[in-house]
Amino acid sequence: MSRIEVLKTYKMYIGGKFPRTESGRYYSLKNTKGEEIANMCTGSRKDFRNAVVEARKAFELWSNRTAYNRSQILYRIAEMLEGRKAQFIDELMQIGSTKKQAENEVFTSIDRLIYYAGWADKYQQISSSVNPVSGPYFNFTIQEPTGVVAVIAPEENGLIGLVSTIAPIIVSGNSCIVLASESKALCSVSFAEVVNSSDVPGGVINILTGNAEELIPHFSTHKDVNSMLYCGNDKKATQLIKENSTTNLKRIVVKKDIDWMKNENESPYFITKFTEVKTTWHPIEKIGASGSGY
Amino acid sequence: MKDFKIITVDQVGIGDRVSRITKRSVKNEAKIHGLRMALNMIDLTTLEGADTINKVKQLCYKGMHLHDAYPDLPTVAAICVYPNFVGLAKEQLKGSGINVASVATAFPSGNSSLEVKITDTKMAIDAGADEVDMVISRGKFHQGEYNYVFDEIAKIKETCGKNVRLKTILETGELGSLDNIRRASDIAMHAGSDFIKTSTGKISPAATLPVTLVMLEAIKDYYYETGIQIGMKPAGGISNSKLALQYLMLVKETLGDKWLTNQWFRFGASSLANDLLMQLEKQRSGNYQSKDYFSKD
Amino acid sequence: MSKKETKLNLKSNWDLAPSLESTSHVKLKNKYDLFIGGKWVKPSSGKYFDTINPATEEKLASIANGNKKDVDLAVKAARKAYDTTWSKLSGKERGKYIFRIARIMQEKAKELAVVETLDGGKPIRESRDIDIPLAANHFFYYAGWADKLDYAFPNRNPKSLGVAGQITPWNFPLLMAAWKIAPALACGNTVVLKPAETTSLTTLLLAEIIEEAGLPAGVVNIVTGAGDTGAEIVNHSGIDKIAFTGSTGVGKIIQNAIAGTDKKITLELGGKAANIVFEDAPLDQAVEGIVNGIFFNQGHVCCAGSRLLVQESVYDIVLRKLKDRMESLIVGNPIDKNTDIGAINSKSQLDTINHYIKLGKEEGAEIYQPEGKLDKKGYWCKPTLFTGVAQSNRIVQEEIFGPVLAIQTFRTIEEAITKANNTPYGLSAGVWTDKGSKIFNMTSQLRAGIVWANTFNKFDPTSPFGGYKESGFGREGGLHGLEAYLSFEN
Repeated sequence: MSRIEVLKTYKMYIGGKFPRTESGRYYSLKNTKGEEIANMCTGSRKDFRNAVVEARKAFELWSNRTAYNRSQILYRIAEMLEGRKAQFIDELMQIGSTKKQAENEVFTSIDRLIYYAGWADKYQQISSSVNPVSGPYFNFTIQEPTGVVAVIAPEENGLIGLVSTIAPIIVSGNSCIVLASESKALCSVSFAEVVNSSDVPGGVINILTGNAEELIPHFSTHKDVNSMLYCGNDKKATQLIKENSTTNLKRIVVKKDIDWMKNENESPYFITKFTEVKTTWHPIEKIGASGSGY
Repeated sequence: MKDFKIITVDQVGIGDRVSRITKRSVKNEAKIHGLRMALNMIDLTTLEGADTINKVKQLCYKGMHLHDAYPDLPTVAAICVYPNFVGLAKEQLKGSGINVASVATAFPSGNSSLEVKITDTKMAIDAGADEVDMVISRGKFHQGEYNYVFDEIAKIKETCGKNVRLKTILETGELGSLDNIRRASDIAMHAGSDFIKTSTGKISPAATLPVTLVMLEAIKDYYYETGIQIGMKPAGGISNSKLALQYLMLVKETLGDKWLTNQWFRFGASSLANDLLMQLEKQRSGNYQSKDYFSKD
Repeated sequence: MSKKETKLNLKSNWDLAPSLESTSHVKLKNKYDLFIGGKWVKPSSGKYFDTINPATEEKLASIANGNKKDVDLAVKAARKAYDTTWSKLSGKERGKYIFRIARIMQEKAKELAVVETLDGGKPIRESRDIDIPLAANHFFYYAGWADKLDYAFPNRNPKSLGVAGQITPWNFPLLMAAWKIAPALACGNTVVLKPAETTSLTTLLLAEIIEEAGLPAGVVNIVTGAGDTGAEIVNHSGIDKIAFTGSTGVGKIIQNAIAGTDKKITLELGGKAANIVFEDAPLDQAVEGIVNGIFFNQGHVCCAGSRLLVQESVYDIVLRKLKDRMESLIVGNPIDKNTDIGAINSKSQLDTINHYIKLGKEEGAEIYQPEGKLDKKGYWCKPTLFTGVAQSNRIVQEEIFGPVLAIQTFRTIEEAITKANNTPYGLSAGVWTDKGSKIFNMTSQLRAGIVWANTFNKFDPTSPFGGYKESGFGREGGLHGLEAYLSFEN
């Protein structure tokens, strides 16, 4: 007699926990044959609100970690993903990838995490500056994380879309709330499990599932969200997000027509899109220097 | 002794404030007023190894008759000499209202015993000095022996008594930082000085605007703290009118009117007087002046 | 020791005589047209408006009122210049043109300073020593970048954007024009710029300088007018990039207006900066920094240190020193070299400031202003302190844009950080302490684009300027300021 399989319940990932949506709603995720494979949570405005609260708390902690520590934690995510690659390949195949495509996507995702892990303690070194002002002042410019970033992940990709957007955002110290691809949400929950076992503090990465059209108005108007990344080609959605961003002058980043599998779409300049530029001045005393006195 | 809270000074910030003040434009009647004030605040000074009886006599005459061609000029505030010339200066200046100030306490280095310093001071006072300009022990200061420095000043003030005003020279050019200048100012005031003074004139840099501003701020804080007014004397290197007016502007904007008199502010200078006189003549006549028309003593 | 009466008389009897900067070398025209396509053209409406001296309320000149048609002409001229000449020039040649502008500005510095003061009301001391030299320095700095962009952005193949639409504010008219035009030109863009309507003159003089420098026609176009003229620039489909400095309210309107387009945008908006004084600070220099922070340019400064946070243990002494320092501030004729605080830029701004002063009093805050008389004519406001205010007072929360300082106290570092960051703005902040590790703690915790430690309101072309949160985005100045006028491959 064949064994009865234990089916997985796909929940969301908020504040380091795996709650169901408060709304109780779900949508059916189907495989390529049209068979239902999972009931996904249809995340709501309130789920998002809760996630922002968690993300804000986590931001304070995460942004004060050392760059080296964040680097190691991103690397840890890659390690965990490597260990569970078979599961991800399987999940990607269930939603339509060939074995080769699925393998490719998982391997690229792992490598991308490592790519950004390496930038944690380096991106500042190529984007900061010491500015030779014409006066007795030491003046330097550095990058700081923007804060809480809301993300509409690319619809076309499952895993690589998530990894390629989350990694550059959190590597500098931001926290994020990501809406996973609606049609390819299966591995988003599994990725949350990887994150959860990778020393990433709860709330740094929050992953919701659901409908982009429904959630975009909430993502873009929330006043405690500092920045928003929209991956998609919908012109109306883009315009709406930009208009709504004026509630608190969110920094809006739009990525359209991106093939996330390509290495050219990983970049330190994607990291700095989610940072703020801070310049600090301090006087330099001139005593003892040649020809100077008091 | 009082436990002195270290009050820090930022050099660049002091520079900012000084440059605001030096950009004040002093014109016309305000300038004439300022020049006259400055003349009246001069401690006309000769402190040379080569000082002679006649040199001191000439200086005293100059102090009383700055430029007789110009009517109603004020006199200088004091003539400043070594202790052995105090008696002579006192006699020369009789009835002029000009004080005699004497340097003392092993001027200019201050490297001697307290006994010698007290004797030196007594000698000046006995000869009739109205004011004593002492030097602090900079070596002790650098050794961190602030109590020693304090006690020494207090002893000299005790020797001076109520009627002889004590001006304490910090020799700011040897103190190394504005923070130290502030600390030395506080020590000198708390120990009983009537004036604090920048320099002996023997060390470069002597008085500067930033140093003077630091000391004026110290005087202000002390005044608010105790109600006691302390005088200020920048000395050395102030040789032209423009600079003198900038010093006065520092006083005006930091301490105000109460200090704009020779009771509370002095310039230790030897060649400043003639430049002030030239400027006054220029204001009066409209013509730029030549040094040949002013006596050099 | 019994404490004697201690009162300083800082309003000295030794008054400074008037010392007016000479205005005889300044030759203003009666009427200024629009500068489009290298020519001075009449506004299509035929309409002009007056620009006045806010210190005397006297008219200085008539300024053309540009409309939609004029903006369209200007954008087309800029596009033509971009396509035919400017984008084809090598960086080196572009740079040489920009260097020329810097040099001519230096030669005409006195004239520019006097006009800036007459038109805007700021003290001649500031326009002479800060606005004009810095503006020239900006051109000089960015001129040098024109042929070095590949070094600023290695492996990114930087490309110019096209036509930049730029809208400048009235508080630093020429300086803001320099901040905008210099990097735009260095990066190979052409420009349509609208100055604020109350202070168009120095921008128009800059247009004359650009003419004199021989820049190709249409590279820089100046369209004068009010907000509706600015809106025409924002909404014009031929504009590739918007750079705006002004209020957060208008910045949001602009962002909203271009939401459906691909126009790039940088916004430099309002602020409500905290200036934090710890007990171990060099207090006298901190007081100077406080004064410079809030009374510089009559407080018409987006990064003004308008909220003073003082550690309670030194509150009394800082307040006393501040009041003493305010006694020696001279409010009056901006053209007098001794004036510290000039005229408020316009009647409407004066009304806004007075509204907030009234509000502060109504909210129960205690007001302090030094004694002294103000002229009957012209727009004036005394330097003003409010004490006894809480974080929830509106004068603590809202940008006043005048010489009005709200003073609060704090007990701990944590409280200082919380209060300082408790605002929708994030442009600048100040911190005063003698302790290095505390400075770095503060500078990393303060959510602001510029942090001045043991100094305040310092500016330099090499130093990026711009805000966090609702103070806008994008940077002006420094290497980072180039980024706003370029596109990249990655």
